[in-house]
Amino acid sequence: MMDGKGILKGMGVTLMRFLGTYTADMSWWFKHNFSSRYYNKAGIENRMSKDARGIFTVQYPEEKLPVPEEFRFIPFLLYEEGENGEKKERCTSCGICAKVCPPQCIWIVRTSDPETGRPVPEPKEFYIDVDICMNCGLCAEYCPFDAIKMDHDYELSVYDRHARNIFDHEKLLKSVSYYASIRPANYAREEAARAEAEAAKAARKKPA
Amino acid sequence: MTEQTLTLTAEHLHARDLQSRFPEAVTPDSRKGYEGYLVKPENLVEVAMYLRDEMGYDYLSSVTGVDYLTEGKMEVVYHAFKSIGGPALVFKTQAPREDPVVPSLVPVYPGADLQEREAWDLLGIRFEGHPDLRRILMWEGFEGFPLRKDWREAYFEEDGKPFKSRWPDGHIYRCEDKISFANNVDYPAGFDPEVWAPDKDALLYASLARFKKPDTSDAYTDTVVVNMGPQHPSTHGVFRVVVGLQGETIVALKPVMGYLHRNHEKIGERNTFLQNMPFTDRLDYLSSMSNNFGYALAVEKLMGVKPPERAEYIRVIMAELTRLSNHMMAIGALLNDLGAFFTPMLYALEERELILDIFEATAGSRMMCNYFRFGGVARDLPEGVLDKIHDLAFERLPRSIDELDAFLTNNEIVRARGQGVGVLTPEQAIAYSAAGPVLRASGVPYDIRRADPYSIYNRFDFDVAVRYHGDVYDRFLIRIDEMRQSVRIIQQAVRNLPAGPIQEGKPQYQVRVPAGESYGRVEGPKGELGFYVVSNGKPNPWRYHVRAPSFINLTAYETMCMGNKVADTVAILGSIDIVLGETDR
Repeated sequence: MMDGKGILKGMGVTLMRFLGTYTADMSWWFKHNFSSRYYNKAGIENRMSKDARGIFTVQYPEEKLPVPEEFRFIPFLLYEEGENGEKKERCTSCGICAKVCPPQCIWIVRTSDPETGRPVPEPKEFYIDVDICMNCGLCAEYCPFDAIKMDHDYELSVYDRHARNIFDHEKLLKSVSYYASIRPANYAREEAARAEAEAAKAARKKPA
Repeated sequence: MTEQTLTLTAEHLHARDLQSRFPEAVTPDSRKGYEGYLVKPENLVEVAMYLRDEMGYDYLSSVTGVDYLTEGKMEVVYHAFKSIGGPALVFKTQAPREDPVVPSLVPVYPGADLQEREAWDLLGIRFEGHPDLRRILMWEGFEGFPLRKDWREAYFEEDGKPFKSRWPDGHIYRCEDKISFANNVDYPAGFDPEVWAPDKDALLYASLARFKKPDTSDAYTDTVVVNMGPQHPSTHGVFRVVVGLQGETIVALKPVMGYLHRNHEKIGERNTFLQNMPFTDRLDYLSSMSNNFGYALAVEKLMGVKPPERAEYIRVIMAELTRLSNHMMAIGALLNDLGAFFTPMLYALEERELILDIFEATAGSRMMCNYFRFGGVARDLPEGVLDKIHDLAFERLPRSIDELDAFLTNNEIVRARGQGVGVLTPEQAIAYSAAGPVLRASGVPYDIRRADPYSIYNRFDFDVAVRYHGDVYDRFLIRIDEMRQSVRIIQQAVRNLPAGPIQEGKPQYQVRVPAGESYGRVEGPKGELGFYVVSNGKPNPWRYHVRAPSFINLTAYETMCMGNKVADTVAILGSIDIVLGETDR
């Protein structure tokens, strides 16, 4: 049955799609107080939803898709802000992240006490070779101190990767409040767990 | 219950059968944690014939080698299945490590062709009687066999990760700065890279010359050799096809691959068990959730853990979403290959985009999901994601599959280019170890989710999609059918998703894997994806092998193309649906 009906039907689908690009925009226009379906949050969300019709694409970089909380891209180290603005690092340089890292891109030098020679729980040097990092997130997943987390910033292109893509301690450190801003649900969950653990610890201490 | 006991006794009968039939040649593999039989190399072909013809193990799924360095042995491991379903029969044969020679099983199971070439290429096991034993992933002239345990790659640091140089004294350096290129490369004796010129693939072209001399009765035609690829837009990546043509008709064809080879398996043997998980994402990068699934199953089998209920359901939902997104991509790419340039592709990609949004929200990444863990999944579904999956499965996807169906299925050009082109008969499909949609489009209703159920697939109500013509058009239709079935499975899973934990026990980064072997296989979107893992109780696997469906499906590519026109190679390759990350590994 090669009578061309199939082709016509298929072209009907493309025609409906083509017209849909106009009708989707127009119905949005009327429903949303004559605001555009582009370059605003509500419009982008509509284009990511199950009801997305018409034009689907996003005009990057003018428009950017919102990243979900779990999105992971390049690890960073957390510090707590002290009262006088000093940085209190969470990392104890235990090395679990370096051991679990599949491409082995984390390099840590542990601090030792100059007198006794025993290890001090903070890193002396901490490097991540971002060229090698595969963004798997295992370091953040297995860190027992919530000291290393995955970032949301994915615009990292540089002209000179040899000089700039080995992130050092300085560059990796970001504040806990930044972390709380990009991953609010995770942050709340971890803080609750920490508070619970401390309470349990205190309760254990009391009788003794 | 009675049914189970019945099949069990049948298996035992078979087992006794095999041993009583070959008392001299076959011994059960008694090593701890191992299964199956050891067959003497000289009786291998005979035993394989018996397995195929008398016992019904007509489908040889996986062939691979293991280098037992400490015992001085090279072992070849075969996993055979019945095409009517059921568990594997594993048989192995051993040869001395210095000169491992094993008879080829290509005459019995043609599907062993590319896999034996791979074992020769990477492990140096010679298969006597193989029709075309050349290197396949490495290039001709490469020195050494990289999967052997004593072979060391460039920038070698240690046998197993984690490397000691990273902590506690991790003074950073770049490999490129430290090792000059020449230091870690062995050249064969008498080889000088400065004066060497490639031999223009003499062996490859010689292997093409197996076809008969042209019939000169009415007009003499020369056979022309045409290279398609490696940089050809139709080859889905860097893949090369060498075709021998008479006029426009294909009389010989050889796939050439390995341009994307990175020795995934060697990397896997350096990694710890957990570290392999994100690497499996990079195999078939369009369906990373399925890759995670197969690997998790293999290691869980060794560890003897089972994920909790909720994790099982989440796994199934993710694997089926992956199948949908993969088939969307496959259909789009096939239509691209047929010349419908990017309109169907982009329609399909819209749906895929919505599925990838779900992956991103759950796993953290659109394609490199790294979501499965041994005994569970990495994290629970975040808030709102289940509703999104629900909306997709109940509203959006059924509608868009229908639209795709209406858009393409009756299109006369698709039918003219697809019907009767690239035919693979059911017998050939089984013999060539074709898997997945390629096998089922040829009329073999073999779906691992039904034939050898894993995870919780036996709880879902779905049909095994099957089509009977075995041509390009049916391989297109079967993907539409399968998408419909996947939607059905997701609907059921979403409805029945229980609450509860998502990880068995505490999450661990150093898992204890007892010594032994295991083969975990899933029905991936492209076919049977198997992981063969051998552990010796250490933190790193001793052997890690991937049975890659898009690699093994290419074994039948020549047969499918024979007698068709040269333009059809593109359509046929599109209908197999390969991903080079998995083909080349």
